[in-house]
Amino acid sequence: MNSALKPLHFKPLNGVRIVVWSAFAFILLTLPALFTSSFAMTLLCLTGIAAVACMSYNMLLGQTGMLSFGHAVYTGLGTFVAIHAMNKIVGGWWIPMWMIPLVGGLAGLAFGALLGYVTTRKSGTPFAMITLGIGELVFASALMFPEFFGGEAGINSNRTAGKEMWVNLGLSFGPQLQVYYLIAIYLFVCTAAMYAFTLTPLGRIANAVRDNAERAEFVGYDTRLVRYLVLMASSFFAGIAGGLTAINVEAATADLLHGVRSGSYLLFTFLGGVGFFFGPIIGSVLLVFSLVVLSEYTKAWQLYVGIVFLIMVVYAPGGFSALIMLNLRRVKYGEWRKMRWPYAGMLFFGLVALWGLAAIVEMAYQLKVVEGSGAALTVARIPLNCESLTSWLIALAVLAVGGAGFEYWRRKFVAVWDAGEARIAEAIKKAEAAIV
Amino acid sequence: MSVLNGVSYGLLLFMLSAGLTLIFSMMGVLNFAHASFYMLGAYFAYQFSAWSNFWVGLLFAPIVVALLGGLFERFLLRKTHKFGHVPELLVTFGLSFVILEIVQLIWGRTSVDYPIPAAMSGSLFKVFDSTFQTYRGFMMLVAILMLVALYWVIKRTRIGLAIQAALTHPETTEALGHNVPRVFALVFAGGCALAGLAGVIGGNAFITEPGMAQSVGAIIFVVIVVGGMGSLAGALIASILIGLLQTFAVGLDWSFAGAFTTLGLAVTPETFGYPLWKLKLSQVAPILPFLLLVVMLVVRPKGIMGTRDE
Repeated sequence: MNSALKPLHFKPLNGVRIVVWSAFAFILLTLPALFTSSFAMTLLCLTGIAAVACMSYNMLLGQTGMLSFGHAVYTGLGTFVAIHAMNKIVGGWWIPMWMIPLVGGLAGLAFGALLGYVTTRKSGTPFAMITLGIGELVFASALMFPEFFGGEAGINSNRTAGKEMWVNLGLSFGPQLQVYYLIAIYLFVCTAAMYAFTLTPLGRIANAVRDNAERAEFVGYDTRLVRYLVLMASSFFAGIAGGLTAINVEAATADLLHGVRSGSYLLFTFLGGVGFFFGPIIGSVLLVFSLVVLSEYTKAWQLYVGIVFLIMVVYAPGGFSALIMLNLRRVKYGEWRKMRWPYAGMLFFGLVALWGLAAIVEMAYQLKVVEGSGAALTVARIPLNCESLTSWLIALAVLAVGGAGFEYWRRKFVAVWDAGEARIAEAIKKAEAAIV
Repeated sequence: MSVLNGVSYGLLLFMLSAGLTLIFSMMGVLNFAHASFYMLGAYFAYQFSAWSNFWVGLLFAPIVVALLGGLFERFLLRKTHKFGHVPELLVTFGLSFVILEIVQLIWGRTSVDYPIPAAMSGSLFKVFDSTFQTYRGFMMLVAILMLVALYWVIKRTRIGLAIQAALTHPETTEALGHNVPRVFALVFAGGCALAGLAGVIGGNAFITEPGMAQSVGAIIFVVIVVGGMGSLAGALIASILIGLLQTFAVGLDWSFAGAFTTLGLAVTPETFGYPLWKLKLSQVAPILPFLLLVVMLVVRPKGIMGTRDE
């Protein structure tokens, strides 16, 4: 609001940024001290890699408005090239192991330059369809060239190779902790680089192309070139994520290129939120949580993820990051306290309804495996039997009660929320009037 | 013989892409879940034919699919309309995810046994040594009937007139007293019915399994892009083209290596790029539609019958 009075100066290193980025670095440094088990370590490594991949995806979706169904092509090909480079190290080449992710990044860039030339000819919906086709093309081709992709079995490598070479600075990458810190450093540098990218003229024009391509074209920008350049930058970072995967798992299979993986980048980046720079980081946490933790508990995890996704697209298209920011805005204007009860009511009945839904889904799955593992199951420690009518009735009743209660509180919530919105708009108006 | 098989496959692709194109050109929505409705059609038909017989499935499966499509349009898709095209695409993407999981939940992860009705399991006629299956002929018949019916509905009925009007001038059509959102819902349901019908007759000709949506989904997108976005005639040409391309390629074992040898060039495993030269056409058949897409985009980005180049 003071911007009308005070001239703005470009200060890339202002106080807020120093605090935020230092906190980010501090968290990355100290996480291994908090989570010491090897399982937690694996999760952290996967999350770090997924964060790079999702942020690179958001350069397309959030920044330029390009909905791609083929992002796994660039991460996957990055992994394959990186694995081949690692095997060259095994063969005696003098490449530092810690530079392998960069090799993956360059591979991603090269494939982005090649495939992006075709895909970026179109924008919007046709672009989405074409990326899907290119993704299928690359996946199917991977199975046709077993010499490079290793066929169904894939290819392997060894990250500890070349540990005695001086270029590796004494790092063997045997312990997972070393791999974690490698990923953490790459994550920090890539995050900073991608954030810096949003501030460059190209990053800004990308936003213009997203919001109104026709206008950007009229002003004199070649929108296709903008899309092409952004896609190349994005595939470079995607390739880095692929290279980190190569070091982390020391293997690559054709699954890495599959459309399902591209779809999950899209899905979780969106869930995290495409409107804010940090949204995809939330998305990557959700991705690893769903893929690794949730899938341990239930076979139907994809169904739950899909339903959450549908609800989010319809009711909260900004994703979780937008939800957080909207609530922070409420806190700032002192409106949050009024929403405590509606939130508590929605949370309680939402959980009740979720249990009912989960019970139905899990019992339906159990019906398929009755012969193997019996009809009994537990959903959140409550025992059920998929062949007894009582269990089904209980689940349906719980779902109905939870759903009704949720709807009741949701209506209250909407009323409170809208009233708060009006008050905030009023407050902003007053503040503006006071300045003028 | 391959020509007939190719045309019947192409017509099946056209049944799918026709509904998709109609929905797209009217609402601007790319229905990512279109192939999922195709899969639902096949599974419902399987269920109906398990309960009674194939003909009941042929009649009712598309109706059920259309109902589901209409409900989806009314209660989810319409709500995202105000956010723009990307959320609309995303909501159908999410739906394809959920449908896939629900199908696996109900019918399992492996393929189901959905047979061709006994009356049509024989061969229709023989040319030289190869036979043309009766069921393939039936597929072509259904597809052509559907084509004619679609043409008649759009060009000759009052509803078709309203659809055509809403396609180009939605506001004016609304001002003239037509309920445009309802027309949209109708078109969406109709497109889903076409996909469901394609599933009924395609499910037993090929295979009914949870992966069927994904395998055909990418191909119908290729059809639409190659044919030109929003063009029904283009979609028809592209469907037949891709149907023929894939059917012919499967039967041929041509390769670059063979061509070079015929030209008098020696190709050995030591030659540079041997893995590429030795590939047979039958091996690359699955990627031919996508190669066609790439070539099309480089040579003629607006597609065969496309009118507008973005």
